[in-house]
Amino acid sequence: MQFFLEVLIGGLLSGVMYSLVALGFVLIFKASGVFNFAQGAMVFFAALSLVGCMEKGAPLWLAFILAFGIMTLLGIATEKFVLRKMVNQPPISLFMATIGLAFFIEGLAPLLWGNAVRRLDIGLVDEPIPWILEHWNMVISKFDLVAAGLALALVAVLALFFQYTRVGRALRAVADDHQAALSIGIPLQHIWALVWAVAGFVALVAGMLWGARNGVQFALTFTALKALPVLILGGFTSVPGAIVGGLIIGGTEKLAEIYIPPVMSGIFGGNFGGIEGWFPYVMALLFLLVRPEGLFGEKHIDRV
Amino acid sequence: MSAYLSVNNIEVIYDHVILVLKGVSLEVPQGKIVALLGANGAGKTTTLKAISNLLAAERGEVTKGDIQFKGKRVDQLTPNELVKSGVIQVMEGRHCFAHLTIEDNLLTGAYTRKPSRAELKRDLERVYTYFPRLKQRRSSQAGYTSGGEQQMCAIGRALMANPEMILLDEPSMGLAPQIVEEIFEIVRDLNQREKVSFLLAEQNTMVALRYADFGYILENGRVVMEGQAEELRNNEDVKEFYLGLSSQGRKSFRDVKHYRRRKRWLA
Repeated sequence: MQFFLEVLIGGLLSGVMYSLVALGFVLIFKASGVFNFAQGAMVFFAALSLVGCMEKGAPLWLAFILAFGIMTLLGIATEKFVLRKMVNQPPISLFMATIGLAFFIEGLAPLLWGNAVRRLDIGLVDEPIPWILEHWNMVISKFDLVAAGLALALVAVLALFFQYTRVGRALRAVADDHQAALSIGIPLQHIWALVWAVAGFVALVAGMLWGARNGVQFALTFTALKALPVLILGGFTSVPGAIVGGLIIGGTEKLAEIYIPPVMSGIFGGNFGGIEGWFPYVMALLFLLVRPEGLFGEKHIDRV
Repeated sequence: MSAYLSVNNIEVIYDHVILVLKGVSLEVPQGKIVALLGANGAGKTTTLKAISNLLAAERGEVTKGDIQFKGKRVDQLTPNELVKSGVIQVMEGRHCFAHLTIEDNLLTGAYTRKPSRAELKRDLERVYTYFPRLKQRRSSQAGYTSGGEQQMCAIGRALMANPEMILLDEPSMGLAPQIVEEIFEIVRDLNQREKVSFLLAEQNTMVALRYADFGYILENGRVVMEGQAEELRNNEDVKEFYLGLSSQGRKSFRDVKHYRRRKRWLA
């Protein structure tokens, strides 16, 4: 039982890390109704900017602010050069534009900061918390716990922002209907620049945590793939959905990794390791059959 | 009657090649309801969008002429600036934000004003007094409300911006005659009590001319006729072509193609 709990908690905490990446997608999807293919590249770029600034001698907090500045500039530039022409165009055009953007960022990042794999030290170590180890005899990583706390705080703030503020409401309005939003005087350009900057901030937090754990390298762009099943489970349009989806994916993939292979080996023989690599996608696939809009996503409303 | 909103000889081209408006001029005096009439594709919506600066989103642009509101040129403003200066459009087909509640829809209308909480509440109540039906449905998602309610929501949302002038595009579209009547009554109410001026694009000539003070008739991107609503209603050409009446009274639809009158202005 204790082992089960340990696996579950470890899984849930790592799931929160997926949520963090998923959150970036949700933000852009909510404000422009498009799946932002470049989110993974943004995570990579943000982490690289952070490390780059630290290598130039800036302390972590300063480097974080600088990197956020860079991401904000990137957001504003994206609005100005990519999105502005795309108002009222079909979502597929916007989507294609984000694919282009992804390639652009993936090229820009090494150009600015070099392409070596870097270590990122944010003063957090991935080691068990002694107190829990002593009293409960469970290995719970300090790093995971802090990361989860950060992600939860971010989600809470963003969820409140979307639901209750003037700008949050405008964001949701823009997602529903660009032109109607324009017609009542919502300045699309500001809204989009803002939302890309916020998505950049989320990418920065995600990049910092993922980078600190796995090293800052090109593979960070693939974290986006891990966010996909989270999005499908939680719903593309829901901030809380991203966190719940992340928890479900994280928890089940770790449990599956531990408990399924022995059973399978017992029946079929052979080795069944590495289940966590594909298990989330199977979950997502099953979910698509049952509830395509996700747990908390918006239903598609059609008048007939 | 001072010129309040004036459109002077504008030409609109879509996609750099499609000439839609070929020199349209019109005027809306302060505090009046002006109807813009005409068949499908005559250029009514394009005219409204030219005024509200929404053409850019559809790859259209005003290539000649100018538009003035209260003596200032407004054709180069962004929609955001225009709404701030007091002109707002209610688009054809309502365009409510389907996933937002009715109340959230209304609140988005106040975006440009940055009102205080108390003001916001008062303005909401004001909209609800004109549209009591919206108050009942305030917490349902707009996408699940009826067509009439959505039209009310769209007008109410525009009202939240405290406009001096509303460009209302095809409010009768897809609605039952009774609801159309209800909506036009509210428009008249708003015009008289809140002193909001209206420029109203309509296909439903009969209803529009009953509520408007003045009318323009567009055809093929030109104004072909204009006059007091009363005059237009009694004009033989208008009766024949837009109201479906002729000098012999109501005609059968079977005969409607055999024009006795000709549209002389199309020559």
